[in-house]
Amino acid sequence: MELHLTLIFNGIATGMLIFLLAAGLSLIFGLMSVLNFAHGALFMFGAYAGTYVYILLGGWAGGWSIFYFGLGLLAAAVIGIILGFIVERTTIRQVYGDHLRQILVTTGVMLVVMELVRVFWGSNVIQVGRPQVLDGRTEMMNVLFGHYRLFIIAFGVIVLVGMLIMLKKSKIGLVVRAGVENKEMVQALGINVRRVFTFVFIFGTTLACIGGFLWGPYQGQINPNMGMDLMLIAFIVVAIGGMGSVGGSAVAAILVGLSEAYMAYFFPPGALAVNMLIMAVVLLVKPTGLLGATR
Amino acid sequence: MLKVNQLQTYIEQFHILQGVEFEVPEGQVTVILGRNGAGKTTTMRSIMGLTPAKSGEILFQGKNIMALPPYVTAKKGIGYVPEDQDIFGTLTVEENMRVAMRKEDKATLERQEWILSLFPDLKAAWKRKGGNLSGGQKQMLSIGRALVNETPLLLIDEPSKGLAPIMVKKVMEALQIIKNDTTVLLVEQNFMMASRIGDYFYILDEGRTVYQGEMEQLRKDEELRKKYLGIS
Ligand SMILES: Nc1ncnc2c1ncn2[C@@H]1O[C@H](COP(=O)(O)OP(=O)(O)OP(=O)(O)O)[C@@H](O)[C@H]1O
Ligand SMILES: [Mg+2]
Repeated sequence: MELHLTLIFNGIATGMLIFLLAAGLSLIFGLMSVLNFAHGALFMFGAYAGTYVYILLGGWAGGWSIFYFGLGLLAAAVIGIILGFIVERTTIRQVYGDHLRQILVTTGVMLVVMELVRVFWGSNVIQVGRPQVLDGRTEMMNVLFGHYRLFIIAFGVIVLVGMLIMLKKSKIGLVVRAGVENKEMVQALGINVRRVFTFVFIFGTTLACIGGFLWGPYQGQINPNMGMDLMLIAFIVVAIGGMGSVGGSAVAAILVGLSEAYMAYFFPPGALAVNMLIMAVVLLVKPTGLLGATR
Repeated sequence: MLKVNQLQTYIEQFHILQGVEFEVPEGQVTVILGRNGAGKTTTMRSIMGLTPAKSGEILFQGKNIMALPPYVTAKKGIGYVPEDQDIFGTLTVEENMRVAMRKEDKATLERQEWILSLFPDLKAAWKRKGGNLSGGQKQMLSIGRALVNETPLLLIDEPSKGLAPIMVKKVMEALQIIKNDTTVLLVEQNFMMASRIGDYFYILDEGRTVYQGEMEQLRKDEELRKKYLGIS
């Protein structure tokens, strides 16, 4: 029982981080039909940029302080906004509606961003500590609940609820949902869909960068392969959850997080295979994904 | 209000519109008739900019709106009700209306009230998902959505298509009221509906305007109807 509680807890925390990466990918694909292979690299760039601020400033201040952790988080978000804007304007915008060129161009962006990471921060693994305040654990029902994991779960839930409320209530949210269904009709109603695209791309990239930053203290390190590893998982999550569905991404991310946690305990080499299997089963039963819009 | 000259439109390599010409005078209902595949829908889409025309002229209130992006065309005051309604199925009726609103000011909300008085069925289905509506309700919503902003010109593509007779009647009655303060360009195969609300007609065939006249004339001339429309 304790074991399962622990694994479920860990799985949900991992799932929430994966959700931060997958939600943007899903919206970008669902609304803009853009296959963004650079998403993982952007996630990694956010991780490095935020961690740089966290460690550099925190190092001077001596130790892992929550204050510099907060600054790192902010830096990751700002970097996400800037990168999202630049990438959408310079490249994605040129290849709307053309999947083959999207794959080529976003792969190009991925390589450039990965190279930038190497140039700025080298290719070594960087150790990242958790902020002291969040480093403890609380025991309940014979299970140790790590505070950083609790923080991640809370953060993920806030982002998820915020996004769902925004999609449900705000005008831009309505436009995004309508656009996922039928871009052409949205245009014919007098809405400049391109503007909405730019907004969604920036938003998705920012979430990815934040997710990347939070990933560091979670794993204890960041490395130049993290983007690729996680992007594959994020694509699986998007397929399971349904393109363009934020709620679907959340459910699928937790599912995949749980499978990661269980497999890591019982049979680590099988984790990816099990995720693939879940995806295959879901897509066989419901090709649009768990919560994907049936058109 | 709207004037179309020598419109030429291609879809991929196919030359679909080969010189469509017509005029929509302010305050009237102008009907476009023609067989299946004549190019009626393509004409509407070319006006909106959804399928941009290659050459010709589209004048709206005296200004050329050729091949503008659809959202610019819409903002100029042209409402579009597409052939298959294109309701957002995962949004409620209320949300479908709200997506369309370019402002949420008093005038717009009053227009929405007016639309709901025109289509009580929509009010009854207010919180329902667009995907769960009947064909008639979808048509009403599509028309209401197009009218929620100030819309001097309304383009409607075959509103009676696939509707139960009772719904055709309701939509037609609403259009009769709408036409009092909105200029309408109507594509319609249902001759009963076209002749009841239309003032003037054009017939398209194989991407060209081949005939035009007062609706009254078409009502009387069975030969003409047979020749171009295959109906009597
Ligand atoms: N996407 C497309 N690709 C190729 N040809 C097309 C496409 N869309 C329409 N066409 C062709 O263009 C011609 C005109 O089509 P359009 O839909 O404008 O006709 P219509 O008058 O609206 O017909 P209907 O009464 O069936 O609605 C038809 O011959 C059709 O086959
Ligand atoms: Mg048609």
